[in-house]
Amino acid sequence: MKLDNIISSGTKATRDGFGAGLLELGHTNPKVVGLTADLMESLQMQHFQKEFPDRFFQVGIAEANMMGIAAGLATAGKIPFTGTFANFSTGRVYDQIRQSIAYSDKNVKICASHAGLTLGEDGATHQILEDIGMMRMLPGMTVINPCDFAQTKAATIAIAEHHGPVYLRFGRPAWPMFTDNLKFVIGKALHLASGKDVTIFATGHLVWTSIEAAKALAAEGISCEVINIHTIKPLDEEAILDSVSKTRAVVVAEEHQRNGGLGDAIANLLVHKMPVPMEYVGVKDSFGESGKPSELLDKYGLGKNDVIWAVKDVIDRKK
Amino acid sequence: MADISKLTELAQQVRRDIVRMVYNVQSGHPGGSLGCTEFFVALYGNVLKHSPKPFKMEGKNQDLFFLSNGHISPVWYSVLARTGYFPVTELNTFRKLNTRLQGHPATHEGLPGIRIASGSLGQGMSVAIGAALAKRLDGDKRTVFCLTGDGELQEGQCWEAIMFAAHNKVDNLVVTVDWNGQQIDGSNEHVLSLGNLPAKWKAFGWDVLVLNEGNNLEAVIAMLRKARRRCGKGKPVVILMKTEMGYGVDFMQGTHKWHGKSPNQEQFDSAMKQLPQTTLGDY
Repeated sequence: MKLDNIISSGTKATRDGFGAGLLELGHTNPKVVGLTADLMESLQMQHFQKEFPDRFFQVGIAEANMMGIAAGLATAGKIPFTGTFANFSTGRVYDQIRQSIAYSDKNVKICASHAGLTLGEDGATHQILEDIGMMRMLPGMTVINPCDFAQTKAATIAIAEHHGPVYLRFGRPAWPMFTDNLKFVIGKALHLASGKDVTIFATGHLVWTSIEAAKALAAEGISCEVINIHTIKPLDEEAILDSVSKTRAVVVAEEHQRNGGLGDAIANLLVHKMPVPMEYVGVKDSFGESGKPSELLDKYGLGKNDVIWAVKDVIDRKK
Repeated sequence: MADISKLTELAQQVRRDIVRMVYNVQSGHPGGSLGCTEFFVALYGNVLKHSPKPFKMEGKNQDLFFLSNGHISPVWYSVLARTGYFPVTELNTFRKLNTRLQGHPATHEGLPGIRIASGSLGQGMSVAIGAALAKRLDGDKRTVFCLTGDGELQEGQCWEAIMFAAHNKVDNLVVTVDWNGQQIDGSNEHVLSLGNLPAKWKAFGWDVLVLNEGNNLEAVIAMLRKARRRCGKGKPVVILMKTEMGYGVDFMQGTHKWHGKSPNQEQFDSAMKQLPQTTLGDY
């Protein structure tokens, strides 16, 4: 695909994509059940709840119990989708996920909204930036961070067909939509634009940011390959190595700590298979703070210009 | 359904298994295991409607059991083996490399009878509630049983689960608390008092049964059957079951000190004298 052909058809929140996907699953898969810990509407789960009240469980503000109940439902053959903020879906319940879900190989879908800085004004207590790292360390856990409404909806539907625990991470703000006609397959990188100077691997909200950066760089004569890694685990190693063997320079962009996220996953692959210069666009070992999503992304080095600078830096290092 | 003399013999053999397994690898948790022997023998030998073979994870149209205080794995493994879930000889692999009988119960190695990993405390009741909800959705009339420790109730997640089950009228669930009053660092009273346990459960909206003779096999059977009869009436049921930690081996009895300790040769010999081999035979 050409960069110029990637255009936004409007904006909607990724969490709306989750809500739409879950509703569709309600109609197509009777094993799917929903649970929330007092954040039903924040996760847009009310559509499912209204249509399928018997298959929806309001657990109250008790996330640990929710994860255990989900494990029990899965044991007895259901496909539970838990819904709460990313912070409460991971850090608060890590041990419950580790023992009752991951180690016990339960078919639970941990669906997590309001991830990252773009949660905005609520501040650092809620802006988890470590969740991808925690979840990708768990053996057997699939980790997916979709980039827009359509991809989140598609991922929500796809994970019901995948047997095993999944962490599905999405966000709060309305965000440009651009993958409406693009196919989503778990574990398969989405090739968005071809280029020869550098590969930008991006996930979540930072995919659109990376597209905008690549367009600006094209105007300066720098050719960027843009690849969306929506599935952080298992990583599409083949697609990554294919691209890097051509461009020999990498930028990874994600709304997460530099420690433990997609950047580290790719660095781990490349250091073994194809060491090349690499730059991270991510939060540098810091908590966030209150503010507007766009202000926070700029302040913490996750804006369009940060991607542009990272690309220029890595190309310099390649020479 | 085995008669009571056979179950009594089974209980003695299970106690022997527990001490032998722990002695064999010089690790494991004999105290709580010995204290809950009557419970497991009553449950698997008399109360549960279950099919050991072939073991099916989903357990549709069967009663299900979840062990929350996973450290008492020796008693569970012995009873599972001796009720047909896996070969009795496999008890010899307990806690050894490549075993399916992990230190704490796990599904990972595929041991029949285990439906969830446990060991990190406080999680089992939530899981049991989830399985009970699934049975309700499926119109499956069987019962879900769960055993939890008393010290374990210090975990906050337990009270999340207790509140949820009452609010949602999860009345196909029977939780038993092993109320032996002991935990690793001493008595519950010393470590963190549980207060008036029956009143607490009642205040949370459960149907509360108290069993003072948790090491009396017939009394345990009768109480588990009574609890099942109380299901389906809009409330989850709890049995607060008084047991004696280490029951059946005099020097292990009534103290927290044998929570997670293995006997030496002399102690082992003494225990074996107190628990002679039965017609069921050692593993």
